[in-house]
Amino acid sequence: MTFPDTLRYTSSHEWVRLDGDMATVGITDHAQNELGDVVYLDLPAAGRTATAGEALAVIESVKAASDIYAPVAGEVMANNAAAAATTSLVNTDPYGDGWLFKIKVSDPEAVSSLLDVAAYKSLVGQ
Amino acid sequence: MPVQYSGITDEHLAVRNHAGVFDISHMGEFFVSGPGAMVWLNTLLTNDISLLKTGDGQYTLMLNERGGVIDDLIVYRTEPEQFLLVVNASKIEENAAWMTAHLPADGSVVFEDQSRMWAALAVQGPAAPALLDHLPPRNGVKTGGSVIICRTGYTGEDGFELLAPAEAGSAWFERFVQAGAKPCGLGARDTLRLEMCYPLNGNDLSPDRTPLEASLAPFVAMNKGHFIGRDTLAAQKADGTHDRLVAIRLVEKGPPLRSHYTVFADGQPVGTLSSGGISPSLGFSIGMAFLPASHTAVGTKLEIDVRGKHHAAVVVKKPFYHKTA
Repeated sequence: MTFPDTLRYTSSHEWVRLDGDMATVGITDHAQNELGDVVYLDLPAAGRTATAGEALAVIESVKAASDIYAPVAGEVMANNAAAAATTSLVNTDPYGDGWLFKIKVSDPEAVSSLLDVAAYKSLVGQ
Repeated sequence: MPVQYSGITDEHLAVRNHAGVFDISHMGEFFVSGPGAMVWLNTLLTNDISLLKTGDGQYTLMLNERGGVIDDLIVYRTEPEQFLLVVNASKIEENAAWMTAHLPADGSVVFEDQSRMWAALAVQGPAAPALLDHLPPRNGVKTGGSVIICRTGYTGEDGFELLAPAEAGSAWFERFVQAGAKPCGLGARDTLRLEMCYPLNGNDLSPDRTPLEASLAPFVAMNKGHFIGRDTLAAQKADGTHDRLVAIRLVEKGPPLRSHYTVFADGQPVGTLSSGGISPSLGFSIGMAFLPASHTAVGTKLEIDVRGKHHAAVVVKKPFYHKTA
């Protein structure tokens, strides 16, 4: 399993890539492996306001439905329609084409308070 | 048994196209024997056990006094006066208590719960029968050696279920994996059975629902004489207005269906899904629900509420999956 060291992570298994004030969010390799085959995504519409920790998306595998939480507060700017159409991208490329949504963050500093790669790896026992 | 090994879809398709092996050692095995065994079992079970010759098996149900389902099971006639019952794991104790309480006082029937003594493997798929010699015919049972072989399953595929002494279970599992069967878990077991509309006790069967409501009338022999629960079934049959368990699919590609989702018709709630999922073989979302008789015809338009959004659904013919060989 891979965990890029350029990303920040949450204890609920989302990753965040910050570009200026734009945060791209997805689920980690560990999370997609636990969920198994992803078959459906309910993604937030652009324009929606997100508070940190709010359930923003639902990811469904054959096994179960799981909430995906906003790692930081802000406004949803985009969601990944390609992944919603081809849900296996979340399994095959969780940090790339399998991203879920982008948030324009109210406070970019909030991202640096998320877990770094070492902390996340230790959380998932890697 | 874990939920999955290599992935539910992968395991599911292996069983549909080749072969998979499930460790079902959690299931229960009861032996009932004696000169009174057949007549007595026929008062506890819905199907007609007198139709079984030695070596035959049949799907059947055990009901409470109200006609509700205690458990569904397969009964095999292993000897002229001996029967093997394979029951659901979660119901072993309840079944054993119920049966023991109803044993005849004259000693003509011996009941033995051997659940802890047996490991059980389900080897299923079109390639499964080639993995073991001396298979009995479909629905049959073969005894005599150290193992019991049953030509039955819960997937809709050909294959068999092998009962072996508990300590031999893992060696048998390895042997079937070496021979090409993919290890399969609970997840694939559920998607496979749901595509076939096989009920799962606790989801689609309950002490408050009769087998007629669960659309299992072919496994109820109303003309065989008295059995526990029959009075309720006779009344339901005469009345004919009872709910029925139907197969439902989403019309378009959508979220997997899950048990407990509410089913609507014309904007009004009419039932609740008892099972649901997404069909790995067919690619669309499927489920089952008990609906009022007025909404059970094939083609009936429904909606399913998934997180507040209504998705168009329709009643379809059972089963969802048909073998195209």
